[in-house]
Amino acid sequence: MAELFIDGNICTLCGKCIDVCPFNALEMKDEVSVNAACRMCGLCIKACPEKAIEIKETRKSVDKTKWNGFLVYAEFFDGKLHPVTIELIGISKKLAAKVNMPVFCLIAGYGVEQTAAELLEYGVDGVFVYDDERLRNFAVDSYANVLEKQINETKPSVVLIGGTSIGRSLAPRLSTRFRTGLTADCTTLDIKENSDLIQIRPAFGGNIMARIITPYTRPQFATVRYKVMDRAEKGTIKGKIFRKPVSDEMVDSSIEVLKIRKKESTVSITESDILVVAGQGVKDRDDLYMIIELAEKLGGEYAVTRPMVEKGWADYTRQIGLSGRTVKPKLIITCGVSGAIQFTSCMNAADTIVAINSDPKAPIFGIAHYGIVGDIYNIVPAFTRMLEGA
Amino acid sequence: MKIAVCIKQVPGIKDVDIDPKTGVLMRSGVRSKMNPYDLFAIETAMRLKTRMCAEVTALTMGPPQAESVIREAYMMGVDNGYILTDRKFAGSDVLATSYTLAEGLAKLGKFQLIICGKQTTDGDTAQVGPAMAEHLGIPHVSWVSKIVEIDESGIVVEQNMEESYEVVRIEYPCLITVNKDIYTPRLPSYVEMKKTGERPVNVLNYTSFDGKGAERFGLSGSPTQVEKVFRPENNPERVVWEGNDSENTEKLFNLLKEKKFI
Repeated sequence: MAELFIDGNICTLCGKCIDVCPFNALEMKDEVSVNAACRMCGLCIKACPEKAIEIKETRKSVDKTKWNGFLVYAEFFDGKLHPVTIELIGISKKLAAKVNMPVFCLIAGYGVEQTAAELLEYGVDGVFVYDDERLRNFAVDSYANVLEKQINETKPSVVLIGGTSIGRSLAPRLSTRFRTGLTADCTTLDIKENSDLIQIRPAFGGNIMARIITPYTRPQFATVRYKVMDRAEKGTIKGKIFRKPVSDEMVDSSIEVLKIRKKESTVSITESDILVVAGQGVKDRDDLYMIIELAEKLGGEYAVTRPMVEKGWADYTRQIGLSGRTVKPKLIITCGVSGAIQFTSCMNAADTIVAINSDPKAPIFGIAHYGIVGDIYNIVPAFTRMLEGA
Repeated sequence: MKIAVCIKQVPGIKDVDIDPKTGVLMRSGVRSKMNPYDLFAIETAMRLKTRMCAEVTALTMGPPQAESVIREAYMMGVDNGYILTDRKFAGSDVLATSYTLAEGLAKLGKFQLIICGKQTTDGDTAQVGPAMAEHLGIPHVSWVSKIVEIDESGIVVEQNMEESYEVVRIEYPCLITVNKDIYTPRLPSYVEMKKTGERPVNVLNYTSFDGKGAERFGLSGSPTQVEKVFRPENNPERVVWEGNDSENTEKLFNLLKEKKFI
């Protein structure tokens, strides 16, 4: 059992812990007491001048040496490999080298042989192949069974899954099945000597990043979105293909895919080199046009922040952020975007970031390479006219 | 038919921040609200209630004041409401949260269909729905953008994937997470508010799960641990131009020309 413990014999009722608690979880009654709002962030422990507060933790860790290696889920859907897979191999190889672990891939689907062979070119130590007609369509229950079986055999320390529609549906089932931790949409990954994966992501719904570890259990699951990590380089082939059998029980699904309709080729903001982003500084739906025009003149695409989608001014396929897409363009110009972390964590890997905003205190200026404090209604149209003259 | 909707109270945007000088977490005055995606889950439940003569139960987990989201659900027409609240649930990560919610649902009876919003705006993980389904041993479909058909034994839904829409049939009992394009949520109604003002929000706590080991709940049941929270680093080499808009426009033009974007 783990809980926040306040030692009444030492506590002087000074109330400093109550002042620092961001969640209103501490109350002064006859003594300081903790309520259900506590998120165990530990700030009160640091704030207590008497050192009267501690988290009592009696959990034991699994034997971490029994879990070895990285397993990357190679997402194969609609006849092709999702490119996030190569990025996951990239980060896995980097981290695995630090702790001297192997990197494996698992690919499931129908007709995946050739893709599996291509994965070997990225220098992984092995690819587990589950190729079966009954895996032709994605059904979360069958795919979870396949991964479960391989995890039980391989006992990897870390399992990385793409933060895609499929990955984000699959990963929580698996982490729950293994009663272990899953950290979604990590923006930075590193590894400790004891094989604890250091997972960094925005947290608590505020302008805050959290460093998260899974210290007691294995495997450690994490999802990473497309365009966050660097792709693996091709190198000499050293690994092997392992063809794995698919049993009836594994593919006994209660989900039946009836029909698949391809989306009309929508513009993909993730693939564009230049993006111009409209934020809440754009006051009227019609004014969005000036952003679109600038994007066109620069030969790029326009994108938006979440409030613009919530207002119905733009399609969510154009949304950058944790509830939209992650982008990594060569140039991004944000117009009237304040820069909430749910947004910035999904675009701050861009090569050049230009921010235009009227509020000099806007957090977007913290991450922008070039910030312009000014009125987008003056700057954007004037800039577009200069481009026309160029 | 019995339908459950799982909802959450989330902070308003930028509710929590770190003081750049002291490094201490601060709270600002923005009020908590229902996770916006949950409104679509409640609306979906209400549409299916009409079609299937179903009974709809809303469940949330959080501090006692989170009961206001259940009140809001009542105002949208939900029949029953429960809040899971206990100090022992504090510090729950995805595994412990989904376990607690799943235990709560199991306690409240057999639901054919469980509906969640696709994700919350505070955690943004989209994990709790699928994790609950796993605890309950039932299948799930995420990112549902349309209900195509529903009958006594299952439901046909359209799933919005990155590059395609998939129409899938899933048998009860099952869980779906819904996108915002599914239906337009109704506004909380004054009439419903009048009608439900006296209706209690039922409370479930740790003692409601008699016999369940404490090690599965709260911090103890949470395999992930936040080691540290910090403010994102600022870019040290940033350039900021203030002052005259037209001069700055010209600077921007020259910069992008120099960098060969123009």
